[in-house]
Amino acid sequence: MSSKLFTAFALMTLVLLSWGLYEAMIGAPTEATMGAVQRIFYYHVPCAWVMFLCFPANFLASIAYLAKRNAAMDAFAVSTAEVGLVFCTIVLLTGPIWGKPVWGIWWTWDARLTSTLVLWLIYVSYLMLRKFSIGGPNPVLAASLAIFGCIDAVFVWGAIRWFRTQHPQPVFGGGANSGIDPRMMHAFFVNMAAFTALGILLVWLRYTLERVHQRVEEAHAMKALGGAQ
Amino acid sequence: MTLAPSFASTLRNTLTKDLRLEWRSKDAINSMLFFALLVVVIFSFSFDLTAEESRRIAGGLIWVALLFAAVVALNQTWARELRNQVLDAYRIAPSPLEALFFAKVLGNFIFVSVLELLITPLFIVFYNLRSIGPSYELIIVSILGNWALVVNGTFFGAISIRTRSREVMLPLLLFPISIPAILAMVSATTATLTGEGSAYLPLVFLAVYDLVFTILGLFLFQTVLQAE
Amino acid sequence: MRFLYAAYLITWGVIIAYIITVLMGFKKVSDEMKDLEKDKRL
Repeated sequence: MSSKLFTAFALMTLVLLSWGLYEAMIGAPTEATMGAVQRIFYYHVPCAWVMFLCFPANFLASIAYLAKRNAAMDAFAVSTAEVGLVFCTIVLLTGPIWGKPVWGIWWTWDARLTSTLVLWLIYVSYLMLRKFSIGGPNPVLAASLAIFGCIDAVFVWGAIRWFRTQHPQPVFGGGANSGIDPRMMHAFFVNMAAFTALGILLVWLRYTLERVHQRVEEAHAMKALGGAQ
Repeated sequence: MTLAPSFASTLRNTLTKDLRLEWRSKDAINSMLFFALLVVVIFSFSFDLTAEESRRIAGGLIWVALLFAAVVALNQTWARELRNQVLDAYRIAPSPLEALFFAKVLGNFIFVSVLELLITPLFIVFYNLRSIGPSYELIIVSILGNWALVVNGTFFGAISIRTRSREVMLPLLLFPISIPAILAMVSATTATLTGEGSAYLPLVFLAVYDLVFTILGLFLFQTVLQAE
Repeated sequence: MRFLYAAYLITWGVIIAYIITVLMGFKKVSDEMKDLEKDKRL
């Protein structure tokens, strides 16, 4: 197997993450208006980015699975779903932690936050469907749900954008926007690279596990058939 | 030599069969109605509102109440299918499965609409509701909104019967997916009731949502039903 | 700032919890493989 490559990649990821942590906590200057809390930005946004890589990947993998019924596609689908959910959880937890001291509110029902929450709900229901299907995870049902869910996420974003304008919407900028210090951009990009690598690593890891699991299930099925003779 | 039944004939036959079964098993309908009544009562006395407030909030309340009542209804209809092992018959039947799906959705739609026709006057009474905007808009919202809940509810019903704890699985799958539709329904209802804002945009949104998910459901129903 | 540390700890907590879950999955699967090997030899 490509475990040497995996180990090398894992080490590189670790290095990037450590570097990212240093830059985020120490290397980048403290932001003028928000103070130290702003440093959450260096983790929050990269995690959101990874989530927005994973979920569309799951969407495409689900479509591909329904088209070709390829077990590898299903393994990839469940991996991207889980890893996406991990990062989605982090986004939903770190966001309010950043929001409260800076904007005074834990939460608001704007398009971005609500869509993220709904995506989280959809993917939790996706994993629950896999877990509670009779006879083991049913990849066809899960793939169908994923397709419904992702299309729905688009509708959620639109619905909030157009139908929730009664409340004043605090503007969540991408972070420090006025006169962005180049050292901040540097810290940001290092962490973007680090978390992307981490996302890839975790999907790779989970995918490998799923493939092995699939082979074990196959072996069990063979054994059952063989035993019957 | 038999020819495969057409879409229209399958649709007609399945629908009439379902409706006849519903009509015969009146006890199911009665328990559903009573459940809907209880939901309305509990919601109504939990929130003690002035006339002004009630117009603002009733939209949300009535749709949430209907959502819960609809889930109970949807669980019932699929449970009945399972009891009579109709699903296996569907799978090997030569009829086009899209027609089966559409017939189930229509049947559920009629069922849920009847529920709504009974819940709504109660709400109006308990909240002393009077609509400021044109009432026909409320009818359009009802039709589009019911369809949105029912088309996804029927599809996810088909999925959830393949799971353990299926009664819980249906709302678990349905609620997140229905969130944009509910937002639109409530927005349109509130706009009409309070007379503030236009219901046009949310209604168009709902219509698009209904179209997209009906097509998606028709497209994937066969896949889902035949998933081993 | 407490909020800052909380956010970073939560990030790492969630990620590490997930990695542990996956690693436990690997252990479970390798146990199953061993069982299958044993059965084959019998």
